[in-house]
Amino acid sequence: MLGLLWAIPLLPFLGFLLNGILGPRLLPRRAVGILASVAVLLSFLVSLGAIAAIADPVALAAAAGGSLTTDAGHHRAVQTLWTWMPIGTSAQGTVLRVDWAYALDPLSAVMLLVVTGVGFLIHVYSIGYMAHEPRPAYARFFAYLNLFMAMMLTLVLGASLPVVFVGWEGVGLCSYLLIGFYYDRVFDETTGMTCADAGRKAFITNRIGDMGFMLGMLLLFATAGTLDIQGILAQAGTLGTGVCTAAALLLFVGACGKSAQIPLYVWLPDAMAGPTPVSALIHAATMVTAGVYVVCRMAPLYQHAPAALLTVAVVGGATAVFAALIGLCQNDIKKVLAYSTVSQLGYMMLGAGCGGFEAGVFHLMTHAFFKALLFLGAGSVIHAMSGEQDIRKMGGLDRYIPWTHGTFVVAWLAISGIFPLSGFFSKDEILAWAFRKSILLWGLGAGGAFLTAFYMSRLYFLVFHGRARFDKETRHHVHESPRTMIVPLVVLAALAFAGGVLGVPEALGARNVLGEYLAPVFEAAPAAGTAAPAHLAAGLELGLMAVSFAIAVFGIFLGWVFYAQRPEIPATFAENVGGLYRLVAGKFYVDEIYDRVILAPYYALCRAASWFDRYVVDGAVNAAGYVTLGTSYTSVGFDTYVVDGLVNLTGYTVRGASWVFRKFQTGVVQSYATAVVLGIFILVSVYLLTQGH
Amino acid sequence: MPVPPSHVLIFSLLLFSIGMLGVLTRRNAIIILMSIELMMNAANINFIAFSRQLNNLAGQVFGVFTIAVAAGEVAIGLAVVLALFRNRDTIYVDEVHVMKG
Repeated sequence: MLGLLWAIPLLPFLGFLLNGILGPRLLPRRAVGILASVAVLLSFLVSLGAIAAIADPVALAAAAGGSLTTDAGHHRAVQTLWTWMPIGTSAQGTVLRVDWAYALDPLSAVMLLVVTGVGFLIHVYSIGYMAHEPRPAYARFFAYLNLFMAMMLTLVLGASLPVVFVGWEGVGLCSYLLIGFYYDRVFDETTGMTCADAGRKAFITNRIGDMGFMLGMLLLFATAGTLDIQGILAQAGTLGTGVCTAAALLLFVGACGKSAQIPLYVWLPDAMAGPTPVSALIHAATMVTAGVYVVCRMAPLYQHAPAALLTVAVVGGATAVFAALIGLCQNDIKKVLAYSTVSQLGYMMLGAGCGGFEAGVFHLMTHAFFKALLFLGAGSVIHAMSGEQDIRKMGGLDRYIPWTHGTFVVAWLAISGIFPLSGFFSKDEILAWAFRKSILLWGLGAGGAFLTAFYMSRLYFLVFHGRARFDKETRHHVHESPRTMIVPLVVLAALAFAGGVLGVPEALGARNVLGEYLAPVFEAAPAAGTAAPAHLAAGLELGLMAVSFAIAVFGIFLGWVFYAQRPEIPATFAENVGGLYRLVAGKFYVDEIYDRVILAPYYALCRAASWFDRYVVDGAVNAAGYVTLGTSYTSVGFDTYVVDGLVNLTGYTVRGASWVFRKFQTGVVQSYATAVVLGIFILVSVYLLTQGH
Repeated sequence: MPVPPSHVLIFSLLLFSIGMLGVLTRRNAIIILMSIELMMNAANINFIAFSRQLNNLAGQVFGVFTIAVAAGEVAIGLAVVLALFRNRDTIYVDEVHVMKG
């Protein structure tokens, strides 16, 4: 199956082409959904086959040949399809070129399975969720979704940074297209933001990050002389700390944009303008984890740049707490989940930044399961509520939609970190890494964990428990979702429940399967001089686990007290600390601050540039025009009055002279004769007078 | 007693002057022709006078020749005047100025 590596991104791309071209008019509705889902399913199966093929080093070594090169020791296979950018030969004589190549190793294997697996489930779910859309929109939706899968798989499989970047930009494009899917609708009543605006916001915010990614890429090319990821990582030790730090930080700027970290997280909550399956697939499970993936992919580079690594950890930890705080006061079910996603992405960054790259990837995976489940569950709730998204208008839904409720409980407990669900293990591993790095980072992580448990409990109790706060009309329509939506929920619930077994810490007497699987990737180039942090003592590790478990339980307990038992507490609480509450509910006014601090000066700059353009540049052009015009007037004047004047003067002179001479020509013969006589008289007189002397 | 040449010259001068004034001042074409005759005859008198003074017959021959030519000239002149009158109903030369510029 390794030979079919190229087919993994291509299959969804074909689905995109078919659905995009034929879907809106020719294909029946049922075929559109099935085609899109099958394309992803086939990708998933091919991925499974390929991943099985890299597991065995002996078979992998034997598989090399043709377009495939393999590195059996690291379980890596690279398929070079064609030379994409032949650049030339460097001064040192090395051939510079960028190949279009796909690389499969344990890290991309995990990503592949998450992307195609969760992606497939969400495709199936979308068949039910989008069933009410008109057919062209339905086909457009699945076409975009398939294009997204193709791009995400390119990103994951790319063996060199430019190929990764193609996927990186591609998923950004799809994100933009899908956020603005309902481009004619208003998304935020208070600010008048439309869905199209939300898409633009996501796209432009990502652009800022992409600039960093690109600069990092160029810096690496300039210093390492190659863009092949393994080529760069092999040289990470010789590049020097300065270059490594700069490149790692620049790439992290890109990761901040894509993975919604402070300060570039603002687009993700507004990305909820897209349909819910999109939020689940792109803005929770897969695309937003691309930043984490890139950081992990470049792990050896980061290990040579301690400062960059620390930045990653601090930004991640800060984001985890900050976003969780905002999540406390959101009332839109999807917005809560969006801030939760930002917070959990911060967690992943925190894990990666503390050196626990496999912990980051582990959390990425479990998060993909439970967050996709949460979003799809939220979608099911919204579906049941006829489009209502405000959790204040829900309540008591557990009786009406039992399947959704059951799966939601699993996801809720998993994200809160309750033993033995998947979230517990992944979160705990991150916290263990953070503890090894610094007690402060651990504190950030633990605080985030508490907040997460609390706001998720708030969400859960407000939506599913207590008094039903919706009107009769809505109650009449409340219904469980169709089977195409419930089955993916159940599968994801199973994954969210059991996904943690892949990473049970050794302190509990099991094997950390995922950690061992990923080890070859992160040990590819061990950091020189910096020994890996020693393992924590088993007792301490168990103690930390107990603490994080207690934190989660306490968070849930508080949530239960606040929102299920004593619903009046939050209101009094909000009144007593009104300022603080408004600050949090107003999302710390980050959007407003960006408006004032960045956008307003930027617009002013734009206006100034526009003014400069209109008056100075255009002025210069117009001035040139006026000068030409003036010159031509002068030239015309000279021509008319001087050149023509001279010509006319000749004519006038002749005419004047003729006028004078004409007077003599009277036509009267006698006057001529008189003249003759006079002439003769004068001539004779002159003759006679001169003769005398 | 022979008439001195100076008298003859003064006479012919007066005659010529009268003819010339007639040519220049009269409107009637016929009078003008007549005035031209006067001037020609003044010239003839000069020829005769100098012929006698210098004893050379060429002057007298020239006089006779002039009279003969003058007869032709009068014939043509009258014919022109006649044609003029037929065409323009006038023989006043100041009314005939088609050549005015």
